[in-house]
Amino acid sequence: MKRFNWIFTVLVLIFLYIPMIVLAVASFNAGADIAVWKGFTLSRYSELFRDSVLLPLLANSLIVAVLSSLVATLLGTMAALGIHAMGRKQRSAALAVTNIPLTNPEIVTGVSLALLFAFIGHTMKISNILGFFTLLIAHITFNLPYVILSVLPKLSQMDRDLRDAALDLGCTPAQAFFKVILYEIMPGIISGALMSFTMSLDDFVISYFVYGPNFITLPVEIYNYTKKPLHPKIYALFTLLFITILLVMILMNLLQARDEKRTKQARRNFSAGRRRMKI
Amino acid sequence: MKNKLLAGPYLVWMTIFTIIPLAIVMYFAFTDSVTGSLTFRNLVSLKQYGPIFMKSVWLALVSSLICLVIGYPVAYYIAGCAPHNQRFLYMLVTLPMCISFLLRTLAWVALLEDTGIINSFITSLGLSPLPLIRNDGAVILGMVYNFLPYMILPLYSVIVKIDPRLIEAAQDLGCNSRQVFGKVVLPLSLPGVISGVTMVFVPAVSTFYISQKLGSSGATLIGDVIESQFKAAYNPNLGAAMSLGLMVLVFICIALMNRFSDDDGESMVTV
Repeated sequence: MKRFNWIFTVLVLIFLYIPMIVLAVASFNAGADIAVWKGFTLSRYSELFRDSVLLPLLANSLIVAVLSSLVATLLGTMAALGIHAMGRKQRSAALAVTNIPLTNPEIVTGVSLALLFAFIGHTMKISNILGFFTLLIAHITFNLPYVILSVLPKLSQMDRDLRDAALDLGCTPAQAFFKVILYEIMPGIISGALMSFTMSLDDFVISYFVYGPNFITLPVEIYNYTKKPLHPKIYALFTLLFITILLVMILMNLLQARDEKRTKQARRNFSAGRRRMKI
Repeated sequence: MKNKLLAGPYLVWMTIFTIIPLAIVMYFAFTDSVTGSLTFRNLVSLKQYGPIFMKSVWLALVSSLICLVIGYPVAYYIAGCAPHNQRFLYMLVTLPMCISFLLRTLAWVALLEDTGIINSFITSLGLSPLPLIRNDGAVILGMVYNFLPYMILPLYSVIVKIDPRLIEAAQDLGCNSRQVFGKVVLPLSLPGVISGVTMVFVPAVSTFYISQKLGSSGATLIGDVIESQFKAAYNPNLGAAMSLGLMVLVFICIALMNRFSDDDGESMVTV
């Protein structure tokens, strides 16, 4: 059974990676048609580095992703601290609001924001309201729930006495917060930030409804492109992005593994030391 | 407690950018596109889109079930690995989600097209090409492919938390491996099943890109209609009415699923 599951898992992983293999192979294809192999070339990559359209769009995507995940992480962490301090009723109301963007179909979120911006533009007499700021606002909005839902569990796992201990040992409330509470919930904050960064970088559906012609992100441009055949340098761009993400993830994996080994080692030393002290 | 006030900015933000927009959607759904007066016409005209709603729900349900059948063994296998391998496999499952789903869908188009990679391979063997694209099967494939990680990850995170002592206890009490799975592992992983199915169903029922690229040109889904109301036909009132319909539909489906899981959960405990 275990063996069957192993084979099955490998097959599913291959299934998940087939398109990536196709894209990577296409980036080395001399022909423009993705389905026909016309020989090996690196010219897609050199075209990509001389490109003046795609790279600025990638920069746009990165700017929105960085800014929106930063704002969402700050606002969301504050919100999680606030929600954690709430009573039962208020808490479930706040969590219900948090769940709206998560359970609503993305297209509905996009449409509703588009209507809101059209309404604001209409009342404030701004003719082309759609652009960088509408995109940023939309991304912050759909990122916030991810931050809150990854920070809140860390807050409830945290030992309640830690803060009191810090205060007893002479910390001011501010020091207690920055030195103890923030340290305890940091893994949640980081994973929330990373999640919102990747969500934002890859978002298409919501961006599609709130972008303006003078600030376009990469996914939206790819969508607008797909009416005509894609230029193969896009495959080169995504192959590079894929390799970068893969390397970062492997690195993080290794660092985490090393960390765990260290804590295990430290714990072993600690308990060994304690045993010695008892004797 | 003044700590509570920290949630203030967030709640203000969500009111302005989540709750008010939804209210505007409702306002548009109930008003006429020309005169702006109150009307039920938009909602009544949804009736003619009934078959499209049915079709979207059907395709999304089939995709969710296929994802469940494929995703469960994978999640189960990952949860049973050593911690180091678990992390690595988890990473492998999440990694494809970081690459633009538009491009990954395009790669599927290149694979499935009549002159695509698979069909040129088949014709090179001397066989006639298969109709792999522009049908419901291709749409389902696209949905399963794109949303499978959303099934595996919640399933994994629930299965990995199941106390191994419960499984050992069941074995000690004479369950065979099938009974252990059916009576212990499966019931305990039900919350993961519910959240996985929800996470696949919601994006699948509202997608418009996958059906545009992989589906037949005549067979549109709800997402396609909404998109065209806002981007091509420009009738935001009808589009808003459809969005409202979609929202209600998703809400009903989620409520049904939660209901189902609650009932089951209780009966499992008493058995």
